[in-house]
Amino acid sequence: MKDRLTRNWIVLAGIWTVLLLAPYWMAPLGGYTALATRVLVLGLAAMSLNFLLGFTGVLSFGHAAWFGLGAYGAGLTLKYLALSTPLAVIVGMLLGGLCGAVLGALLVRRRGVYFAMVTIAFGQVFYYIAFQWSSLTGGDDGLRGFSRQPIDLGLFKLDISSNAYSFYYFVLFCFAVVVGAMGFILRSPFGRTMIAIRENERRSRFLGIPVERHIWIAFTLSCFFMASAGALYALVNNFADPRGLHYSQSGDFVMMAVMGGMRSFWGPLLGAAVFVVLQDYLSSITVNWMSFVGLLFVLVVLFFPRGLLGFLQRSKA
Amino acid sequence: MTLLLLFNITNGLIVGAFYVLMALGLSLILNLSNVINFAHGGFLVIGGYIAYTITPYVGFWGALLLAPPLTAIIGLVVERVLIRPLYGRDPLYSLLLTFGLAFIIEDGTRFIWGPQGKPVTIPPFLSAPLSNELFFVTGYRLFMVAVVIVAVALLFVLLRYTRLGIRIRAGTLDLETVAALGINVQMLRSLNFAVGIFLAGLSGVLAAGQLGLEPTMGTGLLMPSFIAIIVGGIGSLLGTLIGGLLIGVTSGITAVFFPAASEAVIYVLMAVILLTRPRGLFGEEGMMS
Repeated sequence: MKDRLTRNWIVLAGIWTVLLLAPYWMAPLGGYTALATRVLVLGLAAMSLNFLLGFTGVLSFGHAAWFGLGAYGAGLTLKYLALSTPLAVIVGMLLGGLCGAVLGALLVRRRGVYFAMVTIAFGQVFYYIAFQWSSLTGGDDGLRGFSRQPIDLGLFKLDISSNAYSFYYFVLFCFAVVVGAMGFILRSPFGRTMIAIRENERRSRFLGIPVERHIWIAFTLSCFFMASAGALYALVNNFADPRGLHYSQSGDFVMMAVMGGMRSFWGPLLGAAVFVVLQDYLSSITVNWMSFVGLLFVLVVLFFPRGLLGFLQRSKA
Repeated sequence: MTLLLLFNITNGLIVGAFYVLMALGLSLILNLSNVINFAHGGFLVIGGYIAYTITPYVGFWGALLLAPPLTAIIGLVVERVLIRPLYGRDPLYSLLLTFGLAFIIEDGTRFIWGPQGKPVTIPPFLSAPLSNELFFVTGYRLFMVAVVIVAVALLFVLLRYTRLGIRIRAGTLDLETVAALGINVQMLRSLNFAVGIFLAGLSGVLAAGQLGLEPTMGTGLLMPSFIAIIVGGIGSLLGTLIGGLLIGVTSGITAVFFPAASEAVIYVLMAVILLTRPRGLFGEEGMMS
């Protein structure tokens, strides 16, 4: 027991060291800081989805909607409301999270494939809104004309707008806050009931857990986390894309979570890293990258359904 | 104004007929195998391109007869090789797999037939309008609706009166008992999948004659088909039929008054149905959970 605890601490320290030093070790390996930032943000999104998918066992296939709403919330804030990066992140998070909370209440009674189907369909609503409401959202071209602003910390200014390093650490800070919240919730008694629902819903119900309400809370939290990732993504690109709300984006997020390992906390981050790097690489060498990404989906499902971490853990055991 | 409204309602019915064909196939597969077939739009595209390829040799009528069964055979192979290993596992996996498959099919058709749209020639007597007043009622549109009606009627006969159909319906209700009665469930699922893909292939051929062919055309039809199923009620094929027509007509009428919302309105319809009648119009209690 004590051994496992120390090992967990070592792993955790290792992960954070790797993340903290990412801008330094990525360059020699042929990467660039912006890529690290993107991996971090998409990894956060995949982890947010996995909070619901892997730990509550609820299959949402429309999570891109909350991601995209976060992005538009942040973009619109910077463009029309105020030139403040933290405010943009908070507004984005609130927009996606609150919309998720309202729709979640409609959805919680569905299970399995039906939940997936209804979430896909509702997710598309936001895609169409972003696509059609051109005067506000820029329609098909996406929302442009905003950029992330330096953060005034009183003592000094954090220049995240032009300095890629500072921006990476700003994103890493947000990442740490959200992931910390996730970990904290999963360790709490509430987190335990989420896992109980995943393992055996009927038994949890007999134990007196209000299953619907807990699924709704888990769904809503997951939407808030997701929206914060979306808000950060808008800052990464200084751009919000309607395709970020599309169900194919949701599919990518589910894929990242599955590929990394749904049953583990950090798996989706690994999945996101592999997915982003692979997609980057494939689209640079072939126009038929879609086929290869599709093939990746098929192969992972057929041969690595437990994901990379699941695979490693099993071969170790 | 009346003419415009009539035009859009006719349009809506025709589009709705497409949704019905797509959604019935999706619904069959979903009900029996618990698989959301994301690649269904892909199979539609395959059906259309097969028709395009064989039309020079066998003519339009030959393509109409041959392309759907050929698509169904491709579907059978896909089911056997890729989807069968996933039955009994978390539905997440079949969802992801067919999702990837849709990518492969879209990219594959683009690779084989090129990204440009392809026309499918239809017999001239079908493409002429029936009257000058109602210019939009071309023979082909009536013909499409007729084919859809025949296909749907045949499907209902198949499901009601043949042994296979009765087994499919029984399996939808309780697959375990069906298996316990000594029926080969794997075979049943395969045939059921093939019937669903046949319908997708048929809609592909019909769509090719009306709209021409593009590798991406399947994805646009997929989401309305999902909504047709949800609105009609999961588990009910009659519901899917009515749901498909309903959303087609609704979006057609909306196009008259508020064109920008013609796509979004079907989602509103879905939200209203889910709020007021969570199981859908014809769904049975508890089917959705």
